[in-house]
Amino acid sequence: MPEWPKEPKQLGKEHVRYDGPIKVSGRAKFASDMQPGGWLYGMMLRSKWPAARISAIDLQPALRIPGIRAAVFANNPPFIVRYYGQEIAAVAGVSKQACLDGLRAIRVEAEPLPFVVKEEAALSDASPRVFENQPNAGDPRVLQVGDPNTAFQSADKIVEGFFQTSVQLHHCLETHGNTIQLNDDGLTCWASTQGISSVKDGLADNLGVPHDRVRVISEFMGGGFGSKNGAGIEGGLAGRLSKEAGGQAVRLMLTRLEEALAVGNRPSSFQKVRLGAKKDGTLVAYQLEAFGSAGYASGGMTAAGGGGAGFPAPYIYQIPNSRVQQTTVAINAGSARAMRAPGHPQASLGMESIMDEMALALNMDPLELRIKNDPSEIRREQFRIAGERFGWKAKYRAPASSPGPVKTGVGCGGATWGGGGHASEAEVQINPDGTVEVRCGTQDLGTGTMTVIAIVAAEAFGIEPSAITVKIGDTAFPASGGSGGSTTAASVSPAVFDACQNALRDLSVASGLADPRGSNWGPATSRLRINPVVARGRWKEGLSGHGAGGVQMAEVAVDIETGFVRVNRIVCVQDCGLVVNRLASISQINGGIIMGIGFALYEERIMDATTGVILNPNFETYKLPGAADIPDIEIVLQDMPERGVIGIGEPVTIPTAAAIANAISNAIGKRVNHLPIFPAQILGLLGKVPGVPVEERNGETGA
Amino acid sequence: MDEQISRRNFLRGVGATALVSALAKATAVAQSAEALDDQKPVGPGPAKLVLQVNGHRQELAVEPRETLLDVLRNRLQLTGAKEVCDRATCGGCTVLVNGQPIYACMKLAIEMGGQDILTVEGLGNQKSLNAVQQAFIECDALMCGYCTPGFVMSLTALFNEKKNPTLAEIKKACSGNLCRCGTYPQIFKAAQKVAESS
Repeated sequence: MPEWPKEPKQLGKEHVRYDGPIKVSGRAKFASDMQPGGWLYGMMLRSKWPAARISAIDLQPALRIPGIRAAVFANNPPFIVRYYGQEIAAVAGVSKQACLDGLRAIRVEAEPLPFVVKEEAALSDASPRVFENQPNAGDPRVLQVGDPNTAFQSADKIVEGFFQTSVQLHHCLETHGNTIQLNDDGLTCWASTQGISSVKDGLADNLGVPHDRVRVISEFMGGGFGSKNGAGIEGGLAGRLSKEAGGQAVRLMLTRLEEALAVGNRPSSFQKVRLGAKKDGTLVAYQLEAFGSAGYASGGMTAAGGGGAGFPAPYIYQIPNSRVQQTTVAINAGSARAMRAPGHPQASLGMESIMDEMALALNMDPLELRIKNDPSEIRREQFRIAGERFGWKAKYRAPASSPGPVKTGVGCGGATWGGGGHASEAEVQINPDGTVEVRCGTQDLGTGTMTVIAIVAAEAFGIEPSAITVKIGDTAFPASGGSGGSTTAASVSPAVFDACQNALRDLSVASGLADPRGSNWGPATSRLRINPVVARGRWKEGLSGHGAGGVQMAEVAVDIETGFVRVNRIVCVQDCGLVVNRLASISQINGGIIMGIGFALYEERIMDATTGVILNPNFETYKLPGAADIPDIEIVLQDMPERGVIGIGEPVTIPTAAAIANAISNAIGKRVNHLPIFPAQILGLLGKVPGVPVEERNGETGA
Repeated sequence: MDEQISRRNFLRGVGATALVSALAKATAVAQSAEALDDQKPVGPGPAKLVLQVNGHRQELAVEPRETLLDVLRNRLQLTGAKEVCDRATCGGCTVLVNGQPIYACMKLAIEMGGQDILTVEGLGNQKSLNAVQQAFIECDALMCGYCTPGFVMSLTALFNEKKNPTLAEIKKACSGNLCRCGTYPQIFKAAQKVAESS
């Protein structure tokens, strides 16, 4: 089995980003920046009805607008649209302004249909159906372990709670889209994507182009977070527009409004949780009844990987008896897609909240309750390390016990994520002048993949990362698979290392030097004649690992007169296997925590029941964390080289919201049970404004 | 009541000031109306425009409804400024106009004639970066990089005004910029590094 060097010179050190200079200077060309000669602007027409039967679309008026070069249907009418924002048609023209005029000119005949956009309403038998031939709610998935009924009877304490998490939008800053040229030679696509290979296959099949005539390029992309795994409907439309316009390239990037409607989200969750424990804190029984919506695609049509609204339960803690029932309900809204640790932040919120309720019922320290019931040795240790670093023992007080109108509170939570490596190839070329080029058909989502490749190759050859040229994001390079599930670093690093080992063997033969690395590098490579060394490698077992944990603790201040929450401090302890780039790993953790703060306090897609329209499709009304919202973040990054490379993009965003929710509950002495936790909810819970936005159904129930 | 400033005198004074200013305004409106009479109205088709971008004179014909951002990106190939929201909420399109950071998506290009426009491309190339750009690299203040040019421009404007800003001033300077990857802590660190080294 291959092994990483025991005393690495590059791995695990702090390396600046390979693509830093080109990005800070504004020279990095993203898909949205591509302007091949004669390029056209592309835009889409979307449904203004939450549900409607589209009987006719007339594109001719659009084609008569000056500057419009092509117009296409999304589907041939008649067809049914099932959410506000579903694709109807697209145009390409010489400018954005021409396209805006063109879209306005398209005539659509439609018969509006009844719709439902609220999960609770959609569950009712009386509700309009998203799909005519089936109920909105699918059959519940039920999973029973042990004998929960008997176990609840044997419990000394039982607590119950109702928790709700909202639909969160990905809101990648670069919107979804592509620049596509489809002519007689084939198809070239500059994509903003997490998976150039899947975009290639998707476009080729969709547009009927042989795979060997399709090339997808994504050198830089402006964020994905799980939502950019395929070419999307917008990709297929851009290809058809390009063809119809005589082979001119079409750049079709979505607008921010479209981004909020149609390209994915994290499903909502409504969780009724019951937990039973013995006096000493041993958990014995768990019950969950949950439902949630992944949008219209919950009903069966998976426009782009829309799955259900389920999540792992019970989450992370050892409970021998459990009954879990989860239902996914369709509504007339945009479909869900994978979003950074799909299911886990929702699962974490429900589980960690009920754990704190149980700790209160048992009069036990919430941290001790967790350590007692966590089956993971790594995470138990992380809870201890985080507790020391955070000062948990000194800071944890009875709920609402801090004096004055600004109450402080603390909370914690843990995470688990599978990750692991997948099949990936890479190619290394060693040139006679000693320079190295690594080619790999992966993509860099902002996670630092290019830098990882340079570090691994430099380590293998005993040279500096600055001597390595990294080429990625092109289907002309060896295939590497998609970047999802925190698998990229764990897939790419072993493939590159393997390619380097193969190249070293070839270089050794060609140069006659047994070990061409390090100080021998110059002499060895200078003996290469005309042909450089080119070698391939692939992902191998043993260089990557899987299964990351992670623990976070939060300290908040809540103004009980205004309901305003400030997160003062987050402490994070994270394992990551072999750390490749310490600097970028810290950045990745910061980023996950900050996205978790958004999920906890600000982010919620709000649908209007009366009109079926999203009410907050922009950054004025859908709030992302900004400069003023960032707490002090302290990170303990655990280096465990013996486990191999493990991705951490996902676990680091999981426990943040639960830790914050617990900290707020600890501060105000009332259980917050709805994410995001907005000021009105806090004031409602404190009885300072009429009506509690979310019904209070928590607390000890007996036994 | 103070003898010097009786209520009556005060009000009389205000009245006179208001009258003078109203007259001045009326005159100004009349003058600009005359000026408009001499000018042909522009639009809705393309109108001629001369822009001064990164020290270069650019002669263009643009529709009055085209934003500065549209023109920079789609006509001048200056794609460093990004279109993220197109509604002045994210700062991805931040450029400097006469040294002041503005959202390029919120200015019509035809308003920008004769102004000194600086985009991220005008700060230097990959080999000659300014202190903010250099600190961004060293502190890993970027991930996907899509918001990066906007933050760089906002902070460059701050450091042009003030060599040694506080952390609060740094955060305020970035308050009009959004980052979805969550690079804020490293951006603050980078800016503090620039502040300390000056």
